[in-house]
Amino acid sequence: MNKFLRSIFLVDLFQGLWVTFRNQNPKYIYTEQYPGERPKVAERYRGAPRLNINPDNGETLCIACNLCALACPETLIVVGSERNEQTRRKDLTTFTYDLSRCMFCGLCEDACPVDALELTQDFELAAYTRDGAIWDRQMLEEGPRPTRYKF
Amino acid sequence: MPETTFLDSTELVLNMGPQHPSTHGVLRVILKLDGEKVMGTECVIGYLHRGVEKIGENRTYLQFAPYVDRMDYVAAVSNGLGYCLAVEKLLNIEAPPRAQVTRVILTELNRVASHLLWLGTHALDIGAITPVFYTFREREEVLKIFENYCGARLTTHAFRIGGLQYELYDGFEEQVKAFCDMFLPKVDEYEELLTNNRIWVNRLKGVGILNADECKEFGVTGPVLRAAGVSWDLRKAQPYSGYEQYDFEIPTAQNGDTYDRYGVRMREMRQSVRIIRQAVDKIPAGPIGKTPKVIKPPVGEAYVSIEAPKGELGYFIVSDNSTQPYRVRVRPPSFINLQALDRMVRGGLVADVVAIIGTIDIVLGEVDR
Ligand code: SF4
Ligand code: SF4
Repeated sequence: MNKFLRSIFLVDLFQGLWVTFRNQNPKYIYTEQYPGERPKVAERYRGAPRLNINPDNGETLCIACNLCALACPETLIVVGSERNEQTRRKDLTTFTYDLSRCMFCGLCEDACPVDALELTQDFELAAYTRDGAIWDRQMLEEGPRPTRYKF
Repeated sequence: MPETTFLDSTELVLNMGPQHPSTHGVLRVILKLDGEKVMGTECVIGYLHRGVEKIGENRTYLQFAPYVDRMDYVAAVSNGLGYCLAVEKLLNIEAPPRAQVTRVILTELNRVASHLLWLGTHALDIGAITPVFYTFREREEVLKIFENYCGARLTTHAFRIGGLQYELYDGFEEQVKAFCDMFLPKVDEYEELLTNNRIWVNRLKGVGILNADECKEFGVTGPVLRAAGVSWDLRKAQPYSGYEQYDFEIPTAQNGDTYDRYGVRMREMRQSVRIIRQAVDKIPAGPIGKTPKVIKPPVGEAYVSIEAPKGELGYFIVSDNSTQPYRVRVRPPSFINLQALDRMVRGGLVADVVAIIGTIDIVLGEVDR
C-alpha cells in the first residue's frame, strides 16, 4: 500500500527534483569566466617551458649539457652549443623546443642539473601557425607573456 | 543468426559510431537489427590506435612512463602505478613505505574520479542530464589534488620507477581529508537522484545480464564481474603497494545486470574513500624513493596486474638487459570487457545498447592503445 502511494505521488521523482532544487544555491557555482577571470593553477603546474636566466647579469643558466634533449621521449629539444676556448666550457648558442609535440611530462625539467629549463604555470600555448609552436631561445628566455583581457 | 521475425523484413544493418556520442570515444558498433531487436553486433575498433606497445620498444624504461598515462586517460594514475610496479618487479626493487602509501591515496582518488566520470556519462546516455554536472564538480576537486601534487590534471605522470618524483605538498593531508568529508554526502545525493528513480530503474534492471560463468569465460574483470556475484578484487587477492594494510570490503551484487553494476560502482566509491581515510592518517615519514640512474633490468620477464577502476590492468614486460624494453604488452581491462558486449546486447532492444556500452565503462584510448 505504502509502495502504491509512493508510486502514485511520484515520490522518487520529486526526491530527485529536490536535489536539483537544493543545488540552485549560487554558492555552488563552479564555472570560471575564463578569459576575464584567470584560473589559478597549481604551483607545480607543468605548462609552457622557460629557459631561466641569471637575474643578476642576464646570462643563461643553461650549461648546454644536452641532458634535457636526451631525456625527452619525443626528442623535441635541440641544444646548439659551441666550445668556448677561453673558459674551456660549452656555451649555449641555440635552443629550440617544439611545443607542438611536447606532452608536458616534465622529464626534461627533472633531468636538468642546474634548473635552467622549467615548465611554468602559463597554459596559453595556441599559435596561428605550426612554426609558431616551435619556440627558440629568445622566446624561451622571455618566458610566458599571458594576454590580459579587459571586461 | 536467428531468422528475422519483424514484419517479414530482412535484417537491417546499422552502423553506430564511430562518432556516436554515447560510444564514449571512437567505437564503431555494427548492429544487426530485426525491428527494434538486436540480433548481433560487431565491434570495430582501432580508430584511436597509437601503437603504444610499439612505442614502448623504442623508449627507455623511464621515457615510456608518460605514454602509459595516455591509454586509460581517465585513470592515468592507475596506469602509471601498474607500469612502475612491473618495472620495479623486473629490477627487483620496491618503493619505500611513504611512496607506497602516497601511491595508494592517489590511485584511490583516481578510482573515485574515474567512477564519477563513468556515472555522469552513463546517466547522460540514459537521459538523466543532471548527474553529469554534479559528478564533474566533485571530480574537479580530485583533479585539483592531482594538479597540486604533480602539476598535471589528466595525464599525471605522478609516479616514477622506484618511488615518487614529487614530495607531498603542504596541506596535502588536509585537502584529501576535506575531499573525503565533502564527498560522501555527495554520493548520497547521486543516489537520491538515481537509485530509486523509476525511469532509471526501468531502464537498467534486467538489462545486459552477464552471469558469473559468462564473465569468467570472457575474462571480464572489475565491477562487471563483481556485479555478477564474484568477489574478486586484486587489491585483496594479490595485494600490491601495501593494500593488505587497509580494511575495506569488496562490494558485490547478485544479478549481473546494469543496475547492479551501477550499485557496485557506487559502493566502490565509498570503499575508496574509506581506504583514503585510513591511508592519509598513516603516511609514514621517510624517503620517497629514487629512480635508479640507469635502468637496465636483467634478462627476464615480469607480469604485474593491478585493480584499475575498470578491472584488471596488467603489464607484461620482457627485458633483454638493455635500457629499452624488448616487448611491452598491456592487458587493458576495457578491451577485454568490451568482448562481452555482444553477449550482453543480443536479444535486447536498440535503446539498451547505449546503456550497455555505458555500463561496461570503456575508454577507447585503452581499447585501441
Ligand atoms: S615535457 Fe616531456 S615531452 Fe615535453 S620536452 Fe620535456 S621531456 Fe619532452
Ligand atoms: S639539461 Fe638544462 S643545462 Fe642541460 S642543456 Fe638542457 S636546459 Fe641546458
